[in-house]
Amino acid sequence: MFQKIFAWLDERLGLTTIYEVTLDRKVPKVNWFFTLGSASLFLFVLQGVTGMLLTIYYVPSPDHAYDSIQYIMNGVAFGWLVRGIHHWGASLMVLVVFFHMLRTFFFGAYKYPREFTWVTGVVLLLATLGMGFTGYLLPWNQKAYWATTVGTAIAGSVPFVGKFIEQVLRGGSGLSAVTLARFFSAHIWWLPAILAAVIGIHLYMVIRLGISAVPTEED
Amino acid sequence: MPDSPHMNRREFVTIVTAAVGTAIGVVVGLPAIGYILTPATKTQESDAWIPLGPLENYPVGVPTLMSFARTKVNGWEKTANSYGVFVIRGEGDQLKTLSNVCTHLSCRVNWDDAAKEFKCPCHDAAFDINGGIIKGPQPRPLDGYEFKIEEGNLLIHFVEG
Repeated sequence: MFQKIFAWLDERLGLTTIYEVTLDRKVPKVNWFFTLGSASLFLFVLQGVTGMLLTIYYVPSPDHAYDSIQYIMNGVAFGWLVRGIHHWGASLMVLVVFFHMLRTFFFGAYKYPREFTWVTGVVLLLATLGMGFTGYLLPWNQKAYWATTVGTAIAGSVPFVGKFIEQVLRGGSGLSAVTLARFFSAHIWWLPAILAAVIGIHLYMVIRLGISAVPTEED
Repeated sequence: MPDSPHMNRREFVTIVTAAVGTAIGVVVGLPAIGYILTPATKTQESDAWIPLGPLENYPVGVPTLMSFARTKVNGWEKTANSYGVFVIRGEGDQLKTLSNVCTHLSCRVNWDDAAKEFKCPCHDAAFDINGGIIKGPQPRPLDGYEFKIEEGNLLIHFVEG
């Protein structure tokens, strides 16, 4: 029965071909360090799911941001768990993505023909850090407020254009409702869209080029 | 190893992947259901007598709309909801207090004094002065409030939840 349904779908969608091309690839003998990319992808999906759950209650307004999070933590069943996973998952994702980059660097996996995969990886690392930076403001507590004050002021230290960049980031001269709204927008729309698109390119290149082997002494 | 009694590496990896995937799905998925449904499970009960002023303020024969507000805490915010009640004094001691919420889909009805009927602006429901159905899609007459008179003042019984 299920085989029949699967065969019907497979004939039309080419599921077996997709499986063979994406997952049933020939890979060199590698080690556990080569799982960091998959771990990054898993964490991206986990952050996406828990983030979508958080937006059910979170309100990106100075009036309600803090209270809505208090409600998530104390008023909603398993709110503490959803926010906890999102909170710790964020730190873990930065860590795992960074180790993924270190592995690629030290194993020389960025070399020909995978230079462009590395370039997309740089975008992904920066977007991940951007997610951390924008997400940090959203609780709108003292730590968030002052971290963003300092973070945007660092951008302001750029010669000549710094002040302008700082004001673009803040949406004005100081932190305000405008800042919170644009950080929220970047956090749930722009950066995830960039991440998803570039992850697509990144994975396409991994599938197209195959993964590199562990370097030997001759390399 | 086609004849090996043990599972091969591929089978083992498949089973472990499925088991871990299921475990993660359950750990995130089941709490997520409770997380989403929580506000629906927390209905707040409200039971109060709302004073609507001296009864003699209300004209005889013409339904008069009085509104009152009730607050309740929804999530992180205290919400003030406005309610309307038509006070209809008849001859002598006759009195009716009708909710202005249309029984069709909760739009608010208005009193049309020329036609002598309550009309709903949304889907043309019409009710007579006692709240009875004249025509329209509504399933039942207008809801009434329980009321009492204390020292000449009108009070209605507001129950919710």
